[in-house]
Amino acid sequence: MRSDVGLGHAPRKLALANHRQRNEGTALQMAWFDAMQVNLSAAERRTATLPARRSVKKEYQAAWLVKAVTCIDLTTLAGDDTPGRVRRLCAKGRRPLRDDLVAALGLADDPPRVGAICVYPAMVGPAVKALDGSGIPVASVATGFPAGQTPLAQRLGEIRYAVGEGAAEIDIVISRAQALTGDWQGLYDEVKAMREACGAAHLKAILATGDLKTLRNVYKAGMVAMMAGADFIKTSTGKEDVNATLPVSLVMLRAIRDYQHQTGVRVGFKPAGGLRTAKDALNWLILMKEELGRPWLEPDLFRIGASSLLADIERQIEHFVTGRYAAGHHHAVG
Amino acid sequence: MVLVKDILDSMDYGPSPEANDHASAWLEQHAGGFGHFIDGAFVAPADGAMIDVFDPARETQIARVAQGSVADIDRAVVAARRAFKPWSALPGHVRARHLYALARHIQKRERFLSVLESMDNGKPIRETRDIDVPLAARHFYHHAGWAELCAGEFPDHVPVGVCGQIIPWNFPLLMLAWKIAPALAAGNTVVLKPAEFTPLTALAFAEICLEVGLPRGVVNIVTGDGSTGAALVDHAGVDKIAFTGSTEIGRLIRRVTAGTGKKLSLELGGKSPFIVFEDADLDAAVEGVVDAIWFNQGEVCCAGSRLLVQEGIADRLYRKLRARMETLRVGDPLDKSTDIGAVVAPVQLDRIRALVDKGTQEGAQLFQPSIALPARGCFYPPTLFTGVEPASTIAEVEIFGPVIAGMTFRTPDEAVALANNTRYGLAGSIWSENIDRALDVAARLKAGVIWINATNLFDAASGFGGYRESGFGREGGREGLYEYLVPVWEKKPGKARKDAARPALSPLPAAGTVAGLPSIDRTAKLYVGGQQARPDGGHSYSVVDRAGRSLGQAGLGNRKDIRNAVEAAAKATGWSTVTAHNRAQVLYYVAENLAARGGEFEARLMSMTGITAKAAAAEVAAAIRRTFHYAAWADKFDGAVHATRARHVTLAMNEPWGVMGIVCPDEAPLLAVMSLVMPAIAMGNRVIVVPSARHPLAATDLYQVLDTSDVPAGVVNIITGEPDALAKVLAEHDEVSALWYAGSKSGSAAVEAAAAGNLKATWVDHGRARDWLDDIQAQGRDFLRRATQVKNIWVPYGE
Repeated sequence: MRSDVGLGHAPRKLALANHRQRNEGTALQMAWFDAMQVNLSAAERRTATLPARRSVKKEYQAAWLVKAVTCIDLTTLAGDDTPGRVRRLCAKGRRPLRDDLVAALGLADDPPRVGAICVYPAMVGPAVKALDGSGIPVASVATGFPAGQTPLAQRLGEIRYAVGEGAAEIDIVISRAQALTGDWQGLYDEVKAMREACGAAHLKAILATGDLKTLRNVYKAGMVAMMAGADFIKTSTGKEDVNATLPVSLVMLRAIRDYQHQTGVRVGFKPAGGLRTAKDALNWLILMKEELGRPWLEPDLFRIGASSLLADIERQIEHFVTGRYAAGHHHAVG
Repeated sequence: MVLVKDILDSMDYGPSPEANDHASAWLEQHAGGFGHFIDGAFVAPADGAMIDVFDPARETQIARVAQGSVADIDRAVVAARRAFKPWSALPGHVRARHLYALARHIQKRERFLSVLESMDNGKPIRETRDIDVPLAARHFYHHAGWAELCAGEFPDHVPVGVCGQIIPWNFPLLMLAWKIAPALAAGNTVVLKPAEFTPLTALAFAEICLEVGLPRGVVNIVTGDGSTGAALVDHAGVDKIAFTGSTEIGRLIRRVTAGTGKKLSLELGGKSPFIVFEDADLDAAVEGVVDAIWFNQGEVCCAGSRLLVQEGIADRLYRKLRARMETLRVGDPLDKSTDIGAVVAPVQLDRIRALVDKGTQEGAQLFQPSIALPARGCFYPPTLFTGVEPASTIAEVEIFGPVIAGMTFRTPDEAVALANNTRYGLAGSIWSENIDRALDVAARLKAGVIWINATNLFDAASGFGGYRESGFGREGGREGLYEYLVPVWEKKPGKARKDAARPALSPLPAAGTVAGLPSIDRTAKLYVGGQQARPDGGHSYSVVDRAGRSLGQAGLGNRKDIRNAVEAAAKATGWSTVTAHNRAQVLYYVAENLAARGGEFEARLMSMTGITAKAAAAEVAAAIRRTFHYAAWADKFDGAVHATRARHVTLAMNEPWGVMGIVCPDEAPLLAVMSLVMPAIAMGNRVIVVPSARHPLAATDLYQVLDTSDVPAGVVNIITGEPDALAKVLAEHDEVSALWYAGSKSGSAAVEAAAAGNLKATWVDHGRARDWLDDIQAQGRDFLRRATQVKNIWVPYGE
């Protein structure tokens, strides 16, 4: 399935999550987005009322939260990441919920695990090793994350390095300069080159929506990234001033829907940064279901980039199971 | 219990019921039946009659309420009358505290009220919880503010008195708030009749009135059916009727209150356009349609029920809309994931079905999504018709259900033409990312509320109400408060106009009295479209002075002359769109030319009416001053920007009616004409003026003034003749949007009754003469307000 560029690692089975038709992209079709209009107030109205229009309670809520766990890209992207820290995170990713909770939910036969572990390129190796046999893919940020302000050759090299280390997914950042100046051809060419550099690894294109500012820009950048072959489009690096918001997500989902209408191809979505509570996770799941439908409630089409979210979900699930409010220190740290 | 494992597969939402134990317990407490709330206590109906109240989603009876009779209404009106004096005499601050307490208590009971409303009406708990109840509380907060400020902000105004208020079943508690809050703030007391189908939250509100210690008799609630409402409308002790409901009943109320002197405001039906231009955010527009027609099961008077789509994007929009419809959830109103609840009653469901059948028969394409409906209960699926012709029933008739009629247009002009092609004029929704286009269309729509890139936004600070047959009067904001106030001088004892028997105007020649050298005959014809026109009937009548001597002839206008004048006025649209500065200049020019002929007018007044030279000079001077006054106002009667939501400009624009009729009294035959015509045309109206029949010549002398003052043809048309007969023609003319009548008591009644046809706004004096020389009575903002209607345009912004 993928070209073996492993540096000392045996070719490993790609995660189940990746077993679907990839987005091969299209030629750059300016007509698909040039005249696109997005009304901010209307987008805000939709996202402000949506969480109030749908509600999941009791066992449904527990199940939805488990689903959210399976969609988490459990992430550490810090200057002080060490192999030890990454191993601990991977352990948490393998066993995100305590066994007694998993058993109480009736899921002991097929315990949930997170969607992926997301790290810097230098940490891909330790992560791949720590996750060996788990089926959990390693995602690596790349391309001069988070700013993307390094020469293209280096950015592409970074991708190749991460893939070579065993990353199954690459979270690239787009050049904001290209999006902000309307250089859609330039953006298309770069993302396409990155997609090629990814080989069999899936490409998630981070739009850094907090930098793009207008929802029209978000739509257009998302559309160009998909045309260039992005398997996922992702909101944020987590390092911008404003990260994933519901209105930005709404617009990206509508771009995904329009792209599917044009090409028949399903592209995934990943909000990242700012999703911290179980309620956030439910809101985003509801948004996915309402705007794109049931297929987008699985890790092959939906990921949540988060680090602290899991802890709150664990507490909520424990409350569901025991009827008591939970304490953070009863759950393993990641 | 459903297994988590299975839910992980299905990813269904699952049930999410809102608990209704509190509401049920409350209903249980009142299982014996609710009485009326009169004079601060619940009382049994005089004749013991009760009616059943149903939950339309479960088709179960949930309560019994009193069926109000004439006697019950009388008892309530007497209580309200007794309470009026002390309540209206309270300092605004004290009334403000009462209203504030009502607002707070609605908030404190929000969950109970939301659940009860949902059970009674069938609307989703999401809406009662997030919209109805919060907006009701907001309305009381806002009007607690007006109670505090009223005296200072509305000087020379006093409360109307006892207000009879009749509300519909679609937003029971919210409509109660819209009615009661402004009435109380202004110092009125009320008798409110909730809808027969949905009386429960009003009764819960009555308990809140007791809880907060509202003085007894200030709010009275009498439940019952249409006959109860009729008794309230008929009651002689009621000073004002405020009604929200169907245009049909509104028309009936207009007729039966005609001539009673009851102030009236009507908020009636609609068939509001929802216009999507090619440069709109289509996904946003799709959500807009959801909020326009699938909000409250489409049982919304201002629902966007006509979908007008620019042809080039129609297929795309319809595709997106159909896909969206598949995700709507119809079901248990108390489930928090329900989008569309139950229709209020089986009779309404039958009506919706019949109209949808009609739509299919008439050839429109029907789409209903393949979503599940509950097995029982009054449910109807969301429905989209496309390919609807403007002439078809479903494009014309208000369905009041979750049904939208789609049709296409080619150009903005055509969109406006289709949008305005309706007898209604309540609301409109415009979707375009081009601000020039959006505002241009907003200005051209004949509707009281316009939302740009939005729909169904409400706020207590903004006025709400319709154009055309959607009614008159506004609710909310400063403009809404006027409905509950009257100028203080009108409340003082006045001078009844002598209904002196005047001989019928005779077209026959009068006895000759001319002596000496005959003057050159000056025959006043009619003045239509800037030309003097012979009366259609070919008759003139003799105008005589006090001593019975002939002063000359005036045209004897008939209904065809009125028709011609209305046609001329309807054509003179340019006057309504030129700058206010431009209109001011014309008015100044009128004053200038009037002054130049001052002596001539004085002589005319003296000979015609027999007044002294001094009085004649005073009248002419006042007429000139008044013309200056409205020239001054022309560019200063500003609208407002209401403080509604964050990042929204809500523009309250004062717009002219268009074509107005003005019937003038006998007294002050020059000054009265100028006092009535100048404010009307200053605001951009085109008018048909019927001057005094007895003293028409001062008005006919104006022809030359108008001719020389650059007043465009058709702006002022003057038809002399029998005023009451001509007034009736004007009142019945559907092209005339507003009619002012100063004349007899019986003539006033006839005008109000005849105006029910197109529900035009009328302003009659019930035979009470004004002192036209008194600036307080005869000039100012009241005239300007009556010469305009307020259009509220909501413009959300953000990038």
